[in-house]
Amino acid sequence: MGYAERNVWSGLVTSVVVLGVYLALIAPQFGDRPVGEIAWQWPMALCILGGIVATIVLSILWGIVAGMRDPNEKHRSDIRDRDIERMGDRVGRAFTVIGGLAALVLAMTDAEPFWIGHAIFLGFFLSALLGGVAQVIAYRRGLV
Amino acid sequence: MVRPTRVTNVLRAQREAAGLTQADLASRIGVTRQTLIAIEQGRYSPTLELAFQIARVLGVRLDDVFHYPED
Repeated sequence: MGYAERNVWSGLVTSVVVLGVYLALIAPQFGDRPVGEIAWQWPMALCILGGIVATIVLSILWGIVAGMRDPNEKHRSDIRDRDIERMGDRVGRAFTVIGGLAALVLAMTDAEPFWIGHAIFLGFFLSALLGGVAQVIAYRRGLV
Repeated sequence: MVRPTRVTNVLRAQREAAGLTQADLASRIGVTRQTLIAIEQGRYSPTLELAFQIARVLGVRLDDVFHYPED
């Protein structure tokens, strides 16, 4: 597995873990109080920030381990990696747009900020997840 | 997402005939070994520029390495 593919996997793993952590923090509050009283802002902000940091740290650690196993390993991306990244971005972008449009409609209908924030968050998550999955498939099955 | 290509290649045979390893050729055309493997296995169609670079390093013509079937 090359440098760029490892980074894609790192992003995928941390995206799923971050969503799991976030749901674990928010789910217990859901149902026993109005959504307007749920403290979601800081958990969401910290999970997004933590996800970015965790992706970088995991990529670095994985790169160190890969470098120890194969000292000739090149820690760089090439034209195929960029082609695959562009394709993944294209797949993921649709979900960012859908999340944004959903948030716009919710704002127009005076929905709770909770739902607006979560529509955008879900768009980000699906974008990262499905864009990453598309890239992994391209690495494994081909991009021709 | 993954569309089929009709371009085929005999890159592996040409590379071995030239006495180059995957790592050698990858290094000389500026790609990772994983990308060279993907090209050899038909999992990635190189750009025209990369295809010319490959042919040049191997000392052969482009269509000695890459083939497109007649209709």
